[in-house]
Order: sequence, then structure tokens, then C-alpha cells
Amino acid sequence: MTPLQALDAGVVALVLAVAVWTIAAREAVAAVVGFVVYGLLLALVWLRLGAPDVALTEAAIGGGLSGVLLLGAAGRLRAAGTTAGQEPGIVLRLVAVALSVTVAAGIAASVMRLPDPAPTLAPAAAANAAATGLGNPVTNVLMAFRAMDTMLEKVVLLLALVGVWSLAPDRLWGGRPGPRHRADPQGALAFLARLLAPVGIVVGVYIFWVGADHPGGAFQGGTILAAMWLLVMMAGLTDAPPVGRRWLRLVLLSGPAVFLVVGLGGLGLGAAFLAYPAAWAKPLILAIEIAMTLTIAVTLGLLMAGVPERSARE
Amino acid sequence: MNLAADVLTITAVSAGAFFFLAGTVGLLRFPDTLTRLHALTKADTLGLGLVVLGLLPRAPSPTGALKLVSIWLLVLLAGATVSQLIARAARREAA
Repeated sequence: MTPLQALDAGVVALVLAVAVWTIAAREAVAAVVGFVVYGLLLALVWLRLGAPDVALTEAAIGGGLSGVLLLGAAGRLRAAGTTAGQEPGIVLRLVAVALSVTVAAGIAASVMRLPDPAPTLAPAAAANAAATGLGNPVTNVLMAFRAMDTMLEKVVLLLALVGVWSLAPDRLWGGRPGPRHRADPQGALAFLARLLAPVGIVVGVYIFWVGADHPGGAFQGGTILAAMWLLVMMAGLTDAPPVGRRWLRLVLLSGPAVFLVVGLGGLGLGAAFLAYPAAWAKPLILAIEIAMTLTIAVTLGLLMAGVPERSARE
Repeated sequence: MNLAADVLTITAVSAGAFFFLAGTVGLLRFPDTLTRLHALTKADTLGLGLVVLGLLPRAPSPTGALKLVSIWLLVLLAGATVSQLIARAARREAA
């Protein structure tokens, strides 16, 4: 066994151990911490599989964003105080176990039965990579060859945000999300927010920009921008905007809207929905990516900020 | 020159790994939150600093080296702030 193989085996063993620990953990907060560690370890696995784009997304979304969302949920559950009567009974648990095992077995069986070599469109995508002027094959697939999936993904994000907002009581509809964060303006958190946010914004824009030729892109860059926005909000340096504001709604819509307009333009020019004219491919993709990065950053930031809890005037 | 760079890499990265190991042992063995934080920040700051120092001669370009150093600086900043916040929360809980 070479050292690298030993490292891989060690990481795989760790991933499995952390997964079991996450399920077995008795406290919700402990389970969430396990889940975050699990996401970061998975990012390592993706790196070892040669998929740095997926690794970046896994670390940002699987480890960071989902972790913070779940931590917030765990905190609320604890504040609400679940009593013993609300815990799932033994029958429900057994059904859940049976369902999970069935799904896992189904996935394992289908992966095992894949023909060898597995069917792939990778060579076709690589052969046509020059058509868009992008150097990163992953961005190429996301923005050109499977652009429809990427667009629908943004629509799903918007739907998730609408779902969160819909939990607000009627009188607070369009109000400010989450509690007002008050932190010591001279304290450590405010200091970090002042120092880190400018650096983080540069890093976020950089990650989005290099996505054309290197690992990175709108989602990873947008996540970093969202994190910086949240940091500044949590430090109390700025307040979350009322979700009814028109500029906010416009930014939220800009990503899918630009995507749709370009897509319909392709249709109007006689090619196909989301077909870019060859000479314009790169600038069009760039325009979509800029709009998408903004949408992703604001959507993720508002998802984390949560349900409107205060009226817009507060 | 090449040999010197190799020796620097091996020494510094090994020393960094030692600090990570020591920090982890401290995190697991120390009795309360504040001492555990102390162990943890040693691993973050000194351990990662030594690893970055060892990797500097391997950086493909000066900008690559600059990126390594800035990663270390960012971790320093985040580690110092987070340990401050956790320590404050721990003290409030104890009080």
C-alpha cells in the first residue's frame, strides 16, 4: 500500500465513522457538528477524486451553509423545548431505518450494476470545449452543455427562500428577517467583520472570476459573499433589509431572469433555447454568471437570515 | 540549494504536524473550555504557520507563495476571533 492509498483509506474510514457518529449522536447540536465535519471530510474525498469544483461546493454548502442552517434549527428546537411525548416512537424509528436502508441498498445496487466503463459524455464535452471560450470544463458543462439544469437550480433556490418567508405571520410579511443582532461595536466580532469583510469580498469575486478557467464559479463565489454579508449583519454593523424592498426582489430575480432572457434570445435567433451565438458565447455567459453570483449571494444570505420577525419600520 | 529547501520543508512541516498532534491531544485531554482553547489555538497558529513555512519553497510562483501566506494570516485572524468569542461565551455560562 502506497502512502497515498493509506491516506485515502484513512479518509474513507473517517468519513464512515463520522457518518455513524452523526446519526448516533444524542444531542442535536452534536449531530450538527458531526455533519459539518462530515461535509469537510467529503470535500477532501472530492479533492482526492480530482474534482476540486465539487470539493469547493461541498465545503461551502455541505459544510458551511447547511451547518449554520442546522445549528440555527437545533438552537430553536432547544429553545422550544421538545418533550419526551414528541419524540418519535419505536415503530416510526424502525420505519425510518427500513426506508434509509432500502434507499442505500438501491443506490449501492445501481452503482454496482453500472457497465464498465460507465457511460459518459465527458469526451464529447471535452471535444467541444473550445466553442464557449471557457477553460474550465466544469463551468463549460454548467453554463453551456447543461445550462438548463443550472438555471432551474437557481429557481429552486428562490422557491426555498419563498418557503422560508412563508413561515412569517401575515402582519410581518415583507418585514426584516431574524432578530436584530447587537454586538459590542468595539468587540472582537465587530473587529473581525470590519477586517475580514473587505478581504472576503475580494476573495469571493476572485473565486467567481477564476471559475472561467480554474476551479471556482458563481456558486462558490456567491457563498463567500453571502458569508461576508452575514458576518457584517451578525456583528450588528448593518441590519437585514426588509424582504419586501423592491431592489432586493430585483436582485433575487436577476440571475434566473438574465438566464431566461438569454435563453429565449437563443430561441428567437432560430437555434434553440439557451443556445448561445458562437461569437457572443463568452460575454453572454459572463453576464449570466455576474447576475447569478449576485442572486446566489443575496438568496443564501437571506436564507440564513431566516423568517421575517420584525416589521419593516423597525 | 535544492537540498536546503528540502530540509526546510521536511523539518518545518514535521514540526507543524507535531504542533497539530499536540494541540489535538490537548483538546481531548485538557479539563475545561479555556485550556482546551489554548491547546487548539496553538495548533492553528503555530502548526499551520510552520506547515506554510515548509511549503513556501514548493510554491510554483511568488503569487502562489503569497496565497499560502494569506491563508495563514486569515486562519490567524479567524482563530483568534473565534477563540475570543467562545471564551467569552464560556465565561458568561460559568458566571
